[in-house]
Amino acid sequence: MTEIAEHSYRPGTEKPTSFLDVRDLRVHFPTDDGLVKSVDGLTFRVDRGKTLGIVGESGSGKSVTSLSVMGLHHGGSAKITGEIFLDGEELVGASPEGVRLLRGQKMAMIFQDPLSSMHPYYTIGYQIVEAYRIHNDVSKKAAYQHAIEMLDRVGIPQPDKRVHDYPHQFSGGMRQRAMIAMALSCDPELLIADEPTTALDVTVQAQILDLIRDLQKEFNSAVIIITHDLGVVAELADDILVMYAGRCAEYGSADDIFREPQHPYTWGLLGSMPRIDRERSERLLPIKGTPPSLINVPSGCAFNPRCTYCDLTGGRSTSERPELIDVGHGHRVACHLTRDQRDQIWRDDIQPKL
Amino acid sequence: MTTADTTPTAAPQPLGEVLLSVQGLVKHFPIRRGVLQRKVGAVQAVDGLTFDVRQGETLSLVGESGCGKSTTGRLLTRLLEPTGGSVTFDGHDISHISNGKMRPLRRDVQMIFQDPYSSLNPRHTVGRIVGAPFKLQKVETEAGTKKTVQDLLELVGLNPEHYNRYPHEFSGGQRQRIGIARTLALRPKLIVADEPVSALDVSIQAQVVNLLEDLQDELGLTYVMIAHDLSVVRHVSDRVAVMYLGKIVELADRHNLYETPMHPYTVALMSAVPIPDTKRRTERERIRLQGDVPSPINPPPACRFHTRCWKAQEICKTTEPPLVDLAPRHQVACHFPENQDAVVGSRG
Repeated sequence: MTEIAEHSYRPGTEKPTSFLDVRDLRVHFPTDDGLVKSVDGLTFRVDRGKTLGIVGESGSGKSVTSLSVMGLHHGGSAKITGEIFLDGEELVGASPEGVRLLRGQKMAMIFQDPLSSMHPYYTIGYQIVEAYRIHNDVSKKAAYQHAIEMLDRVGIPQPDKRVHDYPHQFSGGMRQRAMIAMALSCDPELLIADEPTTALDVTVQAQILDLIRDLQKEFNSAVIIITHDLGVVAELADDILVMYAGRCAEYGSADDIFREPQHPYTWGLLGSMPRIDRERSERLLPIKGTPPSLINVPSGCAFNPRCTYCDLTGGRSTSERPELIDVGHGHRVACHLTRDQRDQIWRDDIQPKL
Repeated sequence: MTTADTTPTAAPQPLGEVLLSVQGLVKHFPIRRGVLQRKVGAVQAVDGLTFDVRQGETLSLVGESGCGKSTTGRLLTRLLEPTGGSVTFDGHDISHISNGKMRPLRRDVQMIFQDPYSSLNPRHTVGRIVGAPFKLQKVETEAGTKKTVQDLLELVGLNPEHYNRYPHEFSGGQRQRIGIARTLALRPKLIVADEPVSALDVSIQAQVVNLLEDLQDELGLTYVMIAHDLSVVRHVSDRVAVMYLGKIVELADRHNLYETPMHPYTVALMSAVPIPDTKRRTERERIRLQGDVPSPINPPPACRFHTRCWKAQEICKTTEPPLVDLAPRHQVACHFPENQDAVVGSRG
């Protein structure tokens, strides 16, 4: 079971219990304009064989979270605090060299844009072999054989010929498959997919999502899928983390999030999407305003300037930051509205209009 | 099939006059090789499109990347010259007219671009960007350009005081609104919108979609919407044309297309749309298309979809299916259409 840890958690008091255990993660970037709090106190867990979906708009800190788990902020200006345990090993304080050995072997990442994340000068095969040989002491020939097997596994036709092709000779969908083959070449236990299908067409997107699902079953890996598309997480995720302005707004099992969402932001996201499976609504229900700047996050609840219901909290939403509170079955929500208010608004105002 | 088929939710709108008429539109981009730049082949981006756009309606072109939908948009606005066929706008054949003759017509045909970051000049203020059409077309405005621009900014939901700001001071959704204000400046009759919301966040997408709909009601605009997101298309369109490799495979009213899609490609596209509901994960039957769209340099003969179609038979490889009316206001180009039993008077 993937679940979020108690919010009252204090560093160093608890042994990690899950495969990936992220506690109170904060990633801050000092800039000339001020401190950018990209991620501000995020706690979550993922077990092997489970999928966590992280949903949010651009600038909500989704990608920064995944990059810090991968240790890709090292050497930059980022100030990272909190703890990240991968299979019991702490990553935030670990040496860059130690994290480098884990990267590729134990954890791997699929990036959004497969054209810019592959080197145009080297063949697909060369790039897969390079990663494989860093972690495995095998001959080039054996490594190429492995690369061909991986390409075949992700559904590239004629893998023995295509392995010598350059990235530009692949179509967008095939490039994304090749990226997945590369990420899976060392059989990682944690796979992070950052917007894996955003650049792809719907038919190819469906193929890639099926592929990720099948491969997860086969390798029993933990998967984090980061996206802004609620449709994609509904297809894949066991649990969903809704992020807003660097913090967790709502967390719960996929069923809970889609059937009984509790946070006004989640309602907003659901209302903004035209649905192909329902009667066509006359108007979409957008969230007013725009996402906040992370330098100057609104006081209290970060969502309050855009929230239709912030007046119902008696001013608390502008003065006090809401804690992440459990509302049952590990479903947590950071909102000042009372349970009854939320249930009533969802039943009377939101659900009928979706 | 269901009661929904006989009782459409919205009564078909009265047909307006044909504003834009496209006949057999073809655009081939030549591929040149060697010292003499000899033509060795052609990218058949658009290969024989015929459709009409009526006053006040929204026609959407949908399809995967590389199907020629953006090229079509550029042909309609004459940013590209067609290789064959004709585009008639408001009674004028614009397919081969000169730039000079096209210029006065540009007042009536405008375009909204996909990327709100690259379609606005970063060195110009909002006022200059939105006011540019007046200057270029030498249009005198009653209350002066500044006042008119500020009214436009207000119309699209921006603060008129932002007149002197630069594009980088705005968010993606606001920039798209600036682009829309510029498009509306000359009160065009036809707006070609090329993926107007796909670069925006979900919550902002809904704002812009609502804005486009409000403007259509208010100003009586006609839209040709180019998009790949089928759920957005269903929300905004009156009619939808599904394109595959430079050809229209299905053209129908929104209701008909989404309730009873007939071309296998349309059926596959619809089944691939992810739905934000976990219940659907198990209930839905998904059609998984194999492989990618073939290259438009060397498209498959006859029916271009036969290489990926699960219903394909010999005839699909030899005879090209014509785009014919299989139901009222529902044209399909397929030998073995789906959902035929749902339609009265099908070819059998």
